[in-house]
Amino acid sequence: MARAVTTRRKSLNTALAWAVGLLIFFPILWTILTSFKTEAQAIASPPLFLNFNWTLENYAIVQERSDYMRFLWNSVIIAGGSTVLGVIIAVPAAWAMAFVPSKRTKDILLWMLSTKMLPAVGVLYPIYLLFIRLGLLDTRGGLVVVLMLINLPIIVWMLYTYFREIPGEILEAARMDGATLKEEILYVLTPMAIPGIASTVLLNFILAWNEAFWTLNLTAVDAAPLTAFIASYSSPEGLFFAKLSAASTMAIAPILILGWFSQKQLVRGLTFGAVK
Amino acid sequence: MYLKHALRAATALTFVATAAAHAQSITIATVNNGDMIRMQGYTDKFTEATGVEVEWVTLEENVLRQRVTTDITTKGGQFDIMTIGMYETPIWGANGWLVPLDGLSEDYDVGDILPAMSGGLSHEGTLYAAPFYGESSMIMYRTDLMEKAGMEMPEAPSWQFIKEAAAAMTDRDADINGICLRGKAGWGEGGAFITAMSNSFGARWFDEDWKPQFDQPEWADTLNFYVEMMSESGPAGYATNGFNENLSLFQQGKCGMWIDATVAASFVTNPTDSTVADSVGFALAPDTGLGKRSNWLWAWALAIPAGTQQEDAAKQFIEWATSKDYIELVAENEGWANVPPGARTSLYENPEYQKVPFAKMTLDSILSADPNNPTVKPVPYVGIQFAAIPEFAGIATQVSQEFSAVYAGQQTVEEALAKAQAFTAEEMEAAGY
Repeated sequence: MARAVTTRRKSLNTALAWAVGLLIFFPILWTILTSFKTEAQAIASPPLFLNFNWTLENYAIVQERSDYMRFLWNSVIIAGGSTVLGVIIAVPAAWAMAFVPSKRTKDILLWMLSTKMLPAVGVLYPIYLLFIRLGLLDTRGGLVVVLMLINLPIIVWMLYTYFREIPGEILEAARMDGATLKEEILYVLTPMAIPGIASTVLLNFILAWNEAFWTLNLTAVDAAPLTAFIASYSSPEGLFFAKLSAASTMAIAPILILGWFSQKQLVRGLTFGAVK
Repeated sequence: MYLKHALRAATALTFVATAAAHAQSITIATVNNGDMIRMQGYTDKFTEATGVEVEWVTLEENVLRQRVTTDITTKGGQFDIMTIGMYETPIWGANGWLVPLDGLSEDYDVGDILPAMSGGLSHEGTLYAAPFYGESSMIMYRTDLMEKAGMEMPEAPSWQFIKEAAAAMTDRDADINGICLRGKAGWGEGGAFITAMSNSFGARWFDEDWKPQFDQPEWADTLNFYVEMMSESGPAGYATNGFNENLSLFQQGKCGMWIDATVAASFVTNPTDSTVADSVGFALAPDTGLGKRSNWLWAWALAIPAGTQQEDAAKQFIEWATSKDYIELVAENEGWANVPPGARTSLYENPEYQKVPFAKMTLDSILSADPNNPTVKPVPYVGIQFAAIPEFAGIATQVSQEFSAVYAGQQTVEEALAKAQAFTAEEMEAAGY
């Protein structure tokens, strides 16, 4: 009897999980479906779910109008570069906070997080002026630095949480065996924290990929990533939803595929330390 | 040996890169709408004729506005041409941020630009931006529903007639709303509509001393009339409807009337997208008999930011894109209904263009709008659906949010107007008016 109840509960939980998953995924699914409709079908009421004449016309138009590969390449460089740079800076910082804490460590962590509370537009002009002076406007290098700085608090926090789970005695033993600080971080700590670092890298890559304030405001032609590609299809005066959906689908496809293949690491990383 | 090859390759690459760097190129920031996208398609013809390469940065209207404003105020120099409107042009021109468009060639024929457009894009008589296309607002209505309601649309109706017609055309069972109007917050969305409407009710944003006027009865009359009419005959959730939402409703046959930008006429009469394309009529925006109609005036125009290194090439492009020849190029390839409207007098004198069903009403609407004298009572500002002062966009966005809260039933007209008055007075005082 007990087994039957457990099985029923399991089925119920599974069904509920699927329902919640589908609900969350529905806007993306709808965007993908809309990208295969004509503009008239895209605004049809009642909405058309699957029973419409599927067309690739929107993709052809988007492909003809925009240099997709240039935007994609910029996104890869900017998101990848800012993530790698962020991890290189955050690993030693998180190590220091996790294993050599001072009485100010918690304050520093909170202060780092507090920088995320300032609306981005509040510092647009100072950053823009700095970029002009440094010749960084519309450069991938400039955006790599800005996005790294924006995501750094999250990277440090995540790594700090993972590092705290690693027993300090292991590092101590390495030190006793004569390991230098660099060797301790590179050959002892990092291999043990690989799952945590991997999920941090993935999450920050996604955050940087989707960042749409700085990437729109600090780029023009050369460094414009996929967020600018999508923005070029949005219009408050004209119904171009099908084309916008095609552009959005093309922009999210790479990150969706990456997320699909790395979902195990992502889930593990996000729930790490949540259940003791 | 390898080193020698590598050096040769590097030298060749440097040469190519240097040559490419010397090829003249201009960067243009623009909005995503049908006419602008069409122009991008013809850019190759400009490059062929002049050798000037063109790079486009296309953005959504609000993003573009923020982007180009940041760039021009900080002298970022990211763009050689910016697409701006009638609100920005006189302010930026006065600040010396734009290159005056004087010395344009004789062939260009500056005098052919519609006076309402050149007036709105000038400061102290100097043209600072060339109109690519212009628009006003007008009534688009379903001729079949109007006939069914037993009414006939006058060419220049009053708001009272519109209210009665809307009620008569409304059929809730058939999901037909008598009238669809903008209610969405934002100074360029619902804010633009209600400001233009208020002009016809005798309201104004400021008196001659820059004192806000929301505490005057004309504003209460405007809002009460709007809310009453929309509650009776408007679509559900109209507080969040902007241009696109209403366009979608109209194209699906769910609106009896729609008062909005004249450029919408080509969308609602296009049989590919509109289910009611063959039964659309046009009329002037309504009034209340006080001498001002409720239509606005707007232009998307091309301007050159001061400090650009490519001033000559930018001027060349603007002359090409806003010329009579460009209009003919589009007409030749895509028909007269698709040419950029509302910018040149000669277009409306062209017998071919006169055959386009909405051409006359578009011109009449543009000609009836006077940005220098927009209200019944005198005002110190220029602009119909806006006041051309830098503070307006911020203030009007806040005020339109208060109005949208009324439309959504979250507060009364009196409460919204009291908040609008207090907020605007505070902001204007802080700005030194």
